Amino acid sequence: MATQVLQRETWRESLRSLKVATWLGWQIESNWTDPFLFAVYSLIKPIAGAMILVVMYLVVSGGQTGNPIFPYIYLGNAFYIYVGSVLMGISYAIIDDREHYGVLKYIYVSPIQVYFYLLGRGVARTLTGTIAVIITLAFGVVVFKLPVNFLAMNHALFWPVFLIGLVGLALIGILLAGVTLITARHNYFIGEAVAGALYLLCGAVFPLDVLPKFLQYIGLGLPMTYWLEGLRRAMLGTSASPLLAPFSNETILIILFSSTLLVGLISLSFYRWCERRAKEKGLIDMQTMY
Amino acid sequence: MSQMLAVKTENLGRVYQIKRKRGESGPTTLVALEGVNLEVRQGELFGLLGPNGAGKTTLIKILTTLLTPTSGRAFVDGIDVVENPQEVRRRINMVSGGETCGYGLLTVEENLWMFTQFYGLDFKTARERIQYMLEVVGLADRAKTKVYHLSTGMKQKMNFARGFLNDPQILFLDEPTLGLDVQTSRILRDFVKRWVRERPGKTILLTTHYMVEADELCDRVAIIDQGRILACDTPANLKKRLQGASVFKLQTTPLDTLEHFKQLPGVTQFAGHRRNGHTELNFILEDENALVKVLDAVQAKGGHLLSLEKREPTLEDVFIHLVGRGLSDEESPPERIL
Ligand SMILES: Nc1ncnc2c1ncn2[C@@H]1O[C@H](COP(=O)(O)OP(=O)(O)OP(=O)(O)O)[C@@H](O)[C@H]1O
Ligand SMILES: [Mg+2]
Repeated sequence: MATQVLQRETWRESLRSLKVATWLGWQIESNWTDPFLFAVYSLIKPIAGAMILVVMYLVVSGGQTGNPIFPYIYLGNAFYIYVGSVLMGISYAIIDDREHYGVLKYIYVSPIQVYFYLLGRGVARTLTGTIAVIITLAFGVVVFKLPVNFLAMNHALFWPVFLIGLVGLALIGILLAGVTLITARHNYFIGEAVAGALYLLCGAVFPLDVLPKFLQYIGLGLPMTYWLEGLRRAMLGTSASPLLAPFSNETILIILFSSTLLVGLISLSFYRWCERRAKEKGLIDMQTMY
Repeated sequence: MSQMLAVKTENLGRVYQIKRKRGESGPTTLVALEGVNLEVRQGELFGLLGPNGAGKTTLIKILTTLLTPTSGRAFVDGIDVVENPQEVRRRINMVSGGETCGYGLLTVEENLWMFTQFYGLDFKTARERIQYMLEVVGLADRAKTKVYHLSTGMKQKMNFARGFLNDPQILFLDEPTLGLDVQTSRILRDFVKRWVRERPGKTILLTTHYMVEADELCDRVAIIDQGRILACDTPANLKKRLQGASVFKLQTTPLDTLEHFKQLPGVTQFAGHRRNGHTELNFILEDENALVKVLDAVQAKGGHLLSLEKREPTLEDVFIHLVGRGLSDEESPPERIL
């Protein structure tokens, strides 16, 4: 009886944390007095980032958009926009709250459920990321004749893969938030740094096959690899990675799901561990003075 | 465990590890709290009085679940702060003064609204409380102002208001009036007193290094220095400890050395400050007769008496008596105007 009441309370707190944090994240994210700057920062910057490699490919290949590697690269880069924005959105919340606004301790004194709070803080960036991804994809279809038909693609594969992948990214974001919590200094761009480091390992640019063997193994351990592979299969119907070709669509989905589950377990317990460290060392209200 | 205790600590201790760069010498640990046994009853306005670095904030952080103790245990409303922090957070709130916080790009109202939502207040109650608290702290006309357009003191007032929004069972105020102007400080003190009086069962634990704040506000006061509780009682009882003793304040022309005053016969405690233009000497004497020796000593040093005042013992005298030095730094006297 008492535990039931408590559980209900926990759920209410979780929902509240998610809701308020989402609202807060959106306020912070969209609080550009200049809509032009907002557009540049939230949309044009990630789109430009995704396009750099596409343009490089076009220059090197002499404009061959017909090669199957082109849609491979294009989709990989388009969806990779999410990686940076979700990881940054969540891990940066700790820095924002603690260092910039000095409120982390007050948030920690209130009855929030911290995972949900962090997830909520990532929602706004995920939304702006989504707009950037859609624009990038539309641009690809119109300008580069990307062979994607949004209506006729494999929706049954796309949506589960897409959503599980986003959840996985959010969970990695929580892990990075934990790192941020215990290493306050000089950790401002851990989200983007990790996104950059994983860029080559999860087959965003070129198939894992071109990597040295041991890096391939790392790549095969990352949920993002299966995420991108699943998205490509759903949208293009094929994959350009011989290494992953033997896996059926179902297998890709199952591996994606289980590796996300594993990453989730690791991330959440790691965050709790960091939180305990932070309380032991008095870091929750620490402000790094510059 | 007693149900009536809002806060209870058992042998609470906290040691900080201090990072030293290679080659730097000095201790690597700092004892901020040691063997603290504290009992705050429900419904009390309890004061923790101590100088800078005494360990007040450290204690508040432990009780508000932000920091883990290194020894001992602490209970808030009967709940162990380490074992069940979430349950503690549902019943408390905390304000720490002398710092600015808040989302600069949100308005005052939005900042406060956000916190009411973390506590799950319904919209109507939230609006009413925000409005009420903004009026209390005098920010009602700034409700729609973005926080980065507020002055430091205004931000602090907003943070003070935030502390009361959830109508906490136990409220921790860490030097809430630090850095605020005299008038604002008085308003906030009055409000704190009223808040706790009008709500039976609500408890406030307030830390301060302002003697008056402890004296006039608190039902009971614990005096803390260097991480230890030296005494804990009502202000009146604490002052009774000095009953029979005579407390004198002398102002003299500037004196060079003050050390020898301590050694005079009949002097229980002594604290002296050099102020611009004169020297202030505070004595606790065994009895009035010792005053003659003191005056002789002033004359012997070539000083002239500017004023002489016999006072009732204050909490500061008690503090000096217990600790052997004043509450305040040499230069800055505690705020005495209330
Ligand atoms: N994070 C920390 N790391 C190391 N030492 C610390 C840390 N926080 C506080 N201390 C030390 O612990 C002691 C107690 O500090 P605390 O902040 O609790 O004092 P306080 O009574 O609140 O003082 P004040 O009146 O100045 O606010 C001080 O000596 C301080 O230097
Ligand atoms: Mg303090």
